[in-house]
Amino acid sequence: MSESEPDVIDLLVGVEKGSRLDAIRAQRPEARDNAQKSYLTLFAPKFPGEMTGEERYALATFVAGLHGDAAILAFYRDGLARQGGPSGIAAAVEGEIARGAAQGPYGCYPVGPLSVEDKAGPIHRVSPANRSALGARLSAALEHAHLLVFRPRDASPAALQSLLDAGWSTTGIVTLSQLVAFLSFQIRVIVGLRALAANSHS
Amino acid sequence: MSEKTIAVAHADRPVVFTQDEIGWAPWLEPLAADQLTDRHWAGLVDASRAKSPYFMLLARDPEILEARTKTDKDIFYNPAAGLPRAERELSAAATSRDNGCIFCASVHARFATTHSKRREDVQRLLDEGVGVDIDARWNAVIAASVALTSTPSAFGQGEIERLRAVGLDDLAIADAIHGAAFFNWANRLMLSLGEPTAAEKK
Repeated sequence: MSESEPDVIDLLVGVEKGSRLDAIRAQRPEARDNAQKSYLTLFAPKFPGEMTGEERYALATFVAGLHGDAAILAFYRDGLARQGGPSGIAAAVEGEIARGAAQGPYGCYPVGPLSVEDKAGPIHRVSPANRSALGARLSAALEHAHLLVFRPRDASPAALQSLLDAGWSTTGIVTLSQLVAFLSFQIRVIVGLRALAANSHS
Repeated sequence: MSEKTIAVAHADRPVVFTQDEIGWAPWLEPLAADQLTDRHWAGLVDASRAKSPYFMLLARDPEILEARTKTDKDIFYNPAAGLPRAERELSAAATSRDNGCIFCASVHARFATTHSKRREDVQRLLDEGVGVDIDARWNAVIAASVALTSTPSAFGQGEIERLRAVGLDDLAIADAIHGAAFFNWANRLMLSLGEPTAAEKK
């Protein structure tokens, strides 16, 4: 993977060189370049640390699937397939996408005046069969990713402790959290710019 | 044996949305100053960020922190045309209000106030929530941010048309999209790696 790899946001929005959207993105060149650099550093890291390529793409496939966008899901699913790991992982991730469908954001506020805004919703736990396919580390990562995607205000030290207990280090949790949070950004830029591309005002 | 999270004393934990300056405490161990290598300093971008436990925690993966920070700066600080800074901050504050990030909302509500001089209107967003009726233009920016914050996304032609109707051009609409999308990244880190704390007594 290299810097010459196509810009993922342009690719998934369908931005052609010289188009109206290309001109709009060109006016925020640092944001455009660094959104792509964020993608590259998460999916082709110079210093991979403890998080494997398979873990990165499996998590991304799950997150893209929860956002319900077919093209983005296909992009990360293809990336997972390219990792060449056991096919049971991909199948288990697909199963968890179907089991994990929800509508966010929901969750609870710290007890107080905002408690009237607490909104209930599913707390995702990987199924026993998929847990054996995914292993403890990836299962814990998927459960945490579901929390980050749909109910980030439910986050807690206990949720992080579950990751630590499943074998993630503090640094690994930072990378995992960045990956899910970055995708929450990238997916929304793609969805937003796609809508803008379809709405030409002349 | 796995690592452990950090316990934070809850005594004065903020439980409402506020424009006051509040603090933030990590649930995982940030890097210590003497652990920083050139690679970490590059990731921090601004050396002054070494004073922040949030950035010192994120510095554990410096490459994604650097790309994240440069994306953030161009979206919010690039002064060339597009959406006025006050309304970029409004998109950040509205997104943070919807996801439930009391800390992010406090910072960006304050910035929205500084740049708009409309402290009372900003406070109404915090007090009443994202359904608040302020004026047609602010309502449209808030509604677009909320639609994009939903998972799966609820953002589409309706939001774009409404932004056009209140005077936003293509670049301004793209700025609103990026402001809300970026805070879906930032909120998830701030909410899940630590918690807001009371303002330092002065």
